[in-house]
Amino acid sequence: MADLIAKLPCDGLLPLSIGKATLVEVVPVALTSVSPLKGAEKDLSKAMTKAHGVGFPGPNNSNGDDAVRAIWFGRAHALLIGPAPDSALVKHAALTDQTDAWAVVCLDGDAAESVLARLAPVDLRHSVFGLGQTVRSQLGHMTASITRVGENAFQIMVFRSMAKTLVHDLKTAMVAVDARG
Amino acid sequence: MRVAGKGLLNTGRSVPFTFDGVRYDGIEGDTLASALLANDVKLVGRSFKYHRPRGVLSAGSEEPNALVTIGSGAQKDPNVRATVQEIHAGLQAHSQNRWPSLAFDAMAINNLAAPFLGAGFYYKTFMWPKAFWEKLYEPVIRRAAGLGGLSGENCADEYERAFAFCDLLVIGAGPTGLMAALIAARAGADVILADEDFRMGGRLLAETYEIDGLQGHLWAEQALTELGAMDNVRLMTRTSVVGVYDQGTYAALERVGHHKPHKAGPLECFWRIVAKRCVLAAGAIERPVAFRNNDRPGIMTAGAVRAYLNRWGVSPGKAVTVFGNNDDAHRTARDLLDAGVHVAALIDSRHDAPNFDGAQLMRGGQVCNASGARGIDAITVRTASGEERIRTDCLAMSGGWNPTVHLTCHMNGRPEWNREIAAFVPKPGAVPGMVTAGACNGAFSTADCLQQGIDAAKIALAELGLTAPDTALPDADDAPYRIAPLWAVAGKGRAWLDFQNDVTVKDVKQAATENFRSVEHMKRYTTQGMATDQGKSSNVGALAVLADATGRGIPETGTTTFRPPYSPVAIAALGAGGQGDGFAPQRYTTSHKASVERGAPMVEVGLWYRPSFFPKPGEKTWRQSCDREVGLVREHVGVCDVSTLGKIDIQGPDAAAFLDFVYTNMFSTLKVGRVRYGLMLREDGYVMDDGTTARLGETHFVMTTTTAAAGEVMRHLDFVHQTLCPELDVSFISVTEQWAQFAIAGPKSRDLLNGLLEAPLGEDWPFMACGSVDLMGVQGRLFRISFSGEHAYELAVPARYGAALFRELVARAEALGGGPYGMEALNVLRIEKGLLTHAELHGRITAFDLGLGRMVSAKKDCIGQTLSNRPGLKDPERERLVGLKPVGAIKQLMPGAFLFDKDAEPVRVNGQGYLTSACYSPTVGSTLALAFLKNGPERHGEVIKVVDHLRGLETLCEVVDPVFFDPAGGRARG
Repeated sequence: MADLIAKLPCDGLLPLSIGKATLVEVVPVALTSVSPLKGAEKDLSKAMTKAHGVGFPGPNNSNGDDAVRAIWFGRAHALLIGPAPDSALVKHAALTDQTDAWAVVCLDGDAAESVLARLAPVDLRHSVFGLGQTVRSQLGHMTASITRVGENAFQIMVFRSMAKTLVHDLKTAMVAVDARG
Repeated sequence: MRVAGKGLLNTGRSVPFTFDGVRYDGIEGDTLASALLANDVKLVGRSFKYHRPRGVLSAGSEEPNALVTIGSGAQKDPNVRATVQEIHAGLQAHSQNRWPSLAFDAMAINNLAAPFLGAGFYYKTFMWPKAFWEKLYEPVIRRAAGLGGLSGENCADEYERAFAFCDLLVIGAGPTGLMAALIAARAGADVILADEDFRMGGRLLAETYEIDGLQGHLWAEQALTELGAMDNVRLMTRTSVVGVYDQGTYAALERVGHHKPHKAGPLECFWRIVAKRCVLAAGAIERPVAFRNNDRPGIMTAGAVRAYLNRWGVSPGKAVTVFGNNDDAHRTARDLLDAGVHVAALIDSRHDAPNFDGAQLMRGGQVCNASGARGIDAITVRTASGEERIRTDCLAMSGGWNPTVHLTCHMNGRPEWNREIAAFVPKPGAVPGMVTAGACNGAFSTADCLQQGIDAAKIALAELGLTAPDTALPDADDAPYRIAPLWAVAGKGRAWLDFQNDVTVKDVKQAATENFRSVEHMKRYTTQGMATDQGKSSNVGALAVLADATGRGIPETGTTTFRPPYSPVAIAALGAGGQGDGFAPQRYTTSHKASVERGAPMVEVGLWYRPSFFPKPGEKTWRQSCDREVGLVREHVGVCDVSTLGKIDIQGPDAAAFLDFVYTNMFSTLKVGRVRYGLMLREDGYVMDDGTTARLGETHFVMTTTTAAAGEVMRHLDFVHQTLCPELDVSFISVTEQWAQFAIAGPKSRDLLNGLLEAPLGEDWPFMACGSVDLMGVQGRLFRISFSGEHAYELAVPARYGAALFRELVARAEALGGGPYGMEALNVLRIEKGLLTHAELHGRITAFDLGLGRMVSAKKDCIGQTLSNRPGLKDPERERLVGLKPVGAIKQLMPGAFLFDKDAEPVRVNGQGYLTSACYSPTVGSTLALAFLKNGPERHGEVIKVVDHLRGLETLCEVVDPVFFDPAGGRARG
């Protein structure tokens, strides 16, 4: 029997490049939510560092780079982005596969901050929201996870089912920012 | 007319535009008002009520008279202030509220009827007969009175919203604001400088002062160049800060596209600015003096005349007269004379007015009348020696200046009266984090403004923990501001206070006579200050007249409440992004495309889109498709996307204990590899949600919620865990989006699956079993659960495979005589089985009402258990779940209908319950309904009356068990 064909959340919607901003879909091997068991926070962080090179991030922070990144994902949760989680983590945390649950995009370029200022009611100025900082907030009417992954680059995540609205809202903002020149 | 050698319109580039269809030329940098005045157009609009001819009064955003409509069709923009609108090539402006033309307005008949149309006229006149109000009076009045009209079409322009953050927000870029911004920016603060004008500089552009030996506008330019070069400064021109809110949040409206011919991109942007500190340097607004016919075109505020002369190089008249009660008015005469414009007279109401050279000075004089219908031609001046008529085509008047205190009042601060300047000034500390400075703070000399700008910045910087650089006060004019109050000139006739709403001195006195003595009552009785300009140039004058009429002082009389927005904001800007696809997020299932391709009409379920039914060729109504889909599930096998149901992954050593606490029934006893139906209560004992929970491992569960309550249940679990049982070692996260899940229901469901799964299902897959399965290279989860009463499964795969799996399942189902089914069939299938949705679980239903009272386990505690035992919640008299089947000739049943005893009159007091869900069941061959009926379960067999008052339906029904089909449940288990 043939294998089932996989489809990406933003299939047919991206990439986009408008003015001084580009929007591309990011496709990590795995997204795994990691939630420490009671009292296992330190051991979990150690195990994560050992297995993946990134510790458990503090609130509004992330660790790692484009290959492996652990971002704070709300109270007592981190999202491990990149490889499938090492089995050593199971001892210390509840692990849940989230690979297919999120539409993950990267907004990059000089205009990225201005584009997000149209949609996210949070302070994303570089001086306040530097490299690696992350926030769970709103993007338009959606709840989102926003992380600064580069000088002018933001990783944005919303529920997979909302991929079309995500691209619609970001595109509208990109066009509006570009229209100002 | 333009005055040679005056003005700051650097490029001199000519710009054509039209007003009422006539082409004019302005100069780049002109507002519509300055360009019209340059072309000697004085008559710009008609007044609201009396259709009086009106011209330009001011040179700023406070303009009450010169309102025009810009553009046409869906892009028509009414009530645009000509003093704010910049001209651009192709600009088409039209006057408003006149017919057939501006010069001849038939509605000016209202002006003749003025004696009858004073304050309170409508209230007194149109009281009766009552029916006439809506049908006759109101439409007629609305047609006659009013400003610009809306197009009636959908908004075709784009608007946007945006957020900004800074250390210091400086509102107003006049000398004060520029000084404050410079100090703060040099200290390293992140500064936003916002100004409503398209060119920053404030009064420095309108006056001839010098600062540090530089002309004011050049000093401003120098400051702006420095600010513009700094990374920590954002200059926001055309941005009016319109509202002040908690925690340093400021609303601002930026006019992005009004000044450009091509409207690509947004027209306006509504900003929410969050600032740690704010310096308010909003300036001041000059107030007119009320005298007879003071609304004639050509009568303007004195400061506006200076602004037109000095900034735009325009003199609004050839023989100008100046009338004032303060030294500032003398500047107008001086600037005009210096520019070579003839000044016919300077009338100063003060007997001790300072000397003036170059024009006739009339000390102690008062202008008491003006003539000239469409533009003044003369004024009458009253002095001790009698009345004198002076020919003039422009009168510049000044009753003094009102500090722009509005924003300081948005958090309920009340301004304080300052006798010395005869004006209200802000109460210090009225807005936390805001310092007021300059003219808005009552400082009326340039030197004072600059000093206050420095001081305000220093206060803000100290609070921000930054050090202010040493800055010397620039050398500037510090002439004192001397004023002797003059609000209204005594005399007959109508003297206007509120130009935009046509409110006169007489109206305010009338209000006082009729005992509307409170300023708030006077405002509402006369409508003073209730027009789009919010009475910016009339409030203080009106309350001064009221104070006089009631024999009180001005401070005792007080002001009305200044509320946001400071200047008009389009609803389209407030709701920007909310049109069309921006209204709400759209959630699509992985099978969406395939469903649409099959012609399925999609319905919104919360934010999700789900297929109603899948029409086949020849099917003309939804019922035909629905009946067929029900049949194929009952006889063969149907496939339905159920991914929208909430799925919550629950893990941890205490997961089972946690579930025992949130569900009414026991989950700790559930075996691994099995599923159980659960009922969840709110704290108050009512049902919150139901669903199934599967045990995937000893410490691993996956809970299913209804689509409607997915978010609510997630929030509830978080609340319970964080506040009620934080000691439990459990964690959970939504996996709704991770899994695409499909119901495969019908007698042939196992056949379908066995053709698909790598290992066929054996006897170890009874009803309510679950486990991991492999299919087509993917690992999925299978649950043997049923929402149709048939032998059924739900198969879940990672969402990326959802689209492919749906097509595969449908193809296989069709090969077995089945196919896809939609929401309509799903609903019929579950009603036939008496299964519940949120039509039944609507928030005031208990487990007892549903006949599920025994599911509230007595062996353990759970959320809502205690309160569910309140006597009232277990009263047999309660409306409880039953099934209904029509027995008479009429078979139609609709949700929302009410239940009555067979012979009772169908009125509220006789109500016995209500109907929640209804359908036609092709399986049973009858209309069926679920309903809540008093004493329901005890009344099986009784015939009752179901009345749908809305649709005029009356149906006799037999009360039956809510499970209409296969009550023993053999089909699901088999």
